[in-house]
Amino acid sequence: MTELTEESVRAECRAWLEANWDPNLGLVEWRHKLAESGWGNPHWPSRWYGRDLPVGLVPIVEEEFSRIGAIGVAKAGIRVLAAATILAHGTDMHKEKFLMRILTGEDTWCQLFSEPGSGSDVAGAVTRAEMRGNQWIVNGQKVWTTSAHKAHWGLLLARTDWDARKHAGLSYFIIDMKQPGVTVHPLRQMNGHASFNQVFLTDAAVQPEFLVAGVGDGWAVTTTTLMHERRGADALRTWGNGSDRPERAYAEERAEIATTMEPYKWYPQRAGRVDLILPRARETGRIADPVVRQEIARLLIMSKAAEWTARRARTAQEQGRPQGPEGSLGKLVSSNIARACARLHTQMSGADALLTGDDSPMGGVIAEILVSVPATSIAGGTDEIQRNIISERVLKMPRERTGDTEKPFKDVPRNLVA
Amino acid sequence: MKFSFSSEQEEFRSNLRRFLADRAPVKESRRLMETDAGWEREGWKALNAELGLTAVRIPEEYGGHGFGFGEHCIVLEEMGRALVCAPYFSTTVLAAGAILHAGTAEQKAALLPGIASGETVATLASAEDDGRWDAEATTLTASSDGRLNGHKSFVIDGHTADLIVVLARDAAGLSFYTVAGDAPGLSRRLLKTMDPTRKLARLSFADVQGTLLGSAGDAGPAYERVMIEAAICLTNEMVGGAERLREDALAYSMMRMQFGKAIASFQSMKHKAADMLLDVELAKSAAYYAAAALDDGDEDIAATASLAKACASDAYSQTATHAIQIHGGIGFTWDNDTHLWYKRAKSSDVLFGDAFTHREQMMKYWAA
Repeated sequence: MTELTEESVRAECRAWLEANWDPNLGLVEWRHKLAESGWGNPHWPSRWYGRDLPVGLVPIVEEEFSRIGAIGVAKAGIRVLAAATILAHGTDMHKEKFLMRILTGEDTWCQLFSEPGSGSDVAGAVTRAEMRGNQWIVNGQKVWTTSAHKAHWGLLLARTDWDARKHAGLSYFIIDMKQPGVTVHPLRQMNGHASFNQVFLTDAAVQPEFLVAGVGDGWAVTTTTLMHERRGADALRTWGNGSDRPERAYAEERAEIATTMEPYKWYPQRAGRVDLILPRARETGRIADPVVRQEIARLLIMSKAAEWTARRARTAQEQGRPQGPEGSLGKLVSSNIARACARLHTQMSGADALLTGDDSPMGGVIAEILVSVPATSIAGGTDEIQRNIISERVLKMPRERTGDTEKPFKDVPRNLVA
Repeated sequence: MKFSFSSEQEEFRSNLRRFLADRAPVKESRRLMETDAGWEREGWKALNAELGLTAVRIPEEYGGHGFGFGEHCIVLEEMGRALVCAPYFSTTVLAAGAILHAGTAEQKAALLPGIASGETVATLASAEDDGRWDAEATTLTASSDGRLNGHKSFVIDGHTADLIVVLARDAAGLSFYTVAGDAPGLSRRLLKTMDPTRKLARLSFADVQGTLLGSAGDAGPAYERVMIEAAICLTNEMVGGAERLREDALAYSMMRMQFGKAIASFQSMKHKAADMLLDVELAKSAAYYAAAALDDGDEDIAATASLAKACASDAYSQTATHAIQIHGGIGFTWDNDTHLWYKRAKSSDVLFGDAFTHREQMMKYWAA
């Protein structure tokens, strides 16, 4: 076997792309070919559509793709988390059945973890799965499920043992979303959009072979999914706009991006739009107001310092040094920035802050900031959970005793299900 | 090096931290702050003989080590952390900065080796009774033969410095003059300071003979540059103090028992500690970035300096307020050390322009 170097990987990848990339292929056909070659996810195992390439060499491959303009395998949305979880915990049957259709983009996935009664406390799930006859029957309600109405498959966390302790009574399933027992309703948010769904599971069926890992292993598998979610939180939503070239594969990719992007179109506003602060200050004339100038400066200082802190963390990582505490702070500071942005944007808008949509500044963008930023400090781990994580894992402060993990889950006080 | 330190720099920092913990414990700061001078020549000489700290940023041709602001700011951060009572800032940042930017080659050769070796303690006298840090506020006059008349105030270590660089108004405009600490006609009065670890003096000049530093009328831009450097150096000193406060308060919360457990186990404490970490880490990022930007010769350095100073001012004061609160009643006592840094946080905020002033200065660039 030849030794892997940047040059050898680059040469091999380039040769394969030059021989095989054809924008006139259908998107699925191309991705099928790409997945079989292993260049679509080169760091994956060679047995499963990869090439066992060290992660550090993946950017070389990405450079070759962008050089020639080749489209990659489907990497957007929950399907990426499904693939990572199946690779880590799935059986060969799972890998054979699901991975290829994930990579081609044919199948869409959703994540059925959160429930109305358990948000920050995901392990408190009360959706029930029980063996009846020769299959699992699932009853319960899930919430905050992106793309559930389109999804073919769901990653399901459910309780299979009520006498076991909280974390030990959970199991992890792959559930067919296109069945009568699964009902999906959009969940309208305070900003008027409906990016998420409520999923009602009423005697929904799961075949026994779609249990992932063992009965009672659900929490360990969930941890894998969540770890990949945190690690890839940004990447899941930033896949660009695709190429505007006319060939078939590009056109199909554009359509795919438009569909996948749909639930996230308000996300820039959710972060507060710090980029619009100075332009809006000039436009409204409030840039001359010394009080507003102080507020703007405070916000820009926080934003710059946060950016530099993230760079410090990344640099440490790149240099292979242990990351300091600066690596854990990004989410918390982004909440502070988003809130400050919402306050300042509306303050600068004066009476126009009373309006929304077409009647309001920037065609509704400013109004949308105000009603979207509360999501930042809640989604993906509330600020309170972030502070617990920072204080316990970074600062090593003592964990609080919660009293729900030692006894049978059936004896743990929990929310009434409406 | 805006986002990381080299392994040599990290090693320098850890050696220095060990040295200062050993030679300049808080007990020593408490002893020195009760003296009028605020520092002692013996300890000061040891600091420089063993580690060459005053020489760090003096060019090699003038007897220094020729390092940049990256290294100089490591020293300042560690001094801020240890709350060292020494005329280090006044000598190496203010006076040396003015001499480097304004002095002729002969003057640098005459003045800087003494600073590098630690023989000469020096300072810069610019602000007057109205406490303004901009050069335009200068009213002290210099006659055509270099005789200085007027007064200066808020002069750091002004009552003990061997050499004082004075910003004066003369026929050519704004000029720097150097004056010996014991010059005839110069009277120096120690001011009563809120922060006892940083001594300030009011200086009165009655026909004091000064020596022009560099060329007459050229001090304006040089002074502006020194103030930018001073703001960034002080920012680094501040984040050292803020981190020390944060760590001490955290350690106290881990050992303080109430209601049968460490108060660090209460969520109100944990969330405060997380917020304090965020404040301090953001300010450190700004301080390190600004120090590296000085070395890199960034064009927007004035805006960066103001950004960093305002960021560290708020972070240091907020951290100090939380640190006292976490200590509870003991934090309000004189015997507890927290108030020493609390006072240092305020004096650092005010020196060279407070957070409000620097936010406005930053906006002059950003909103232009």
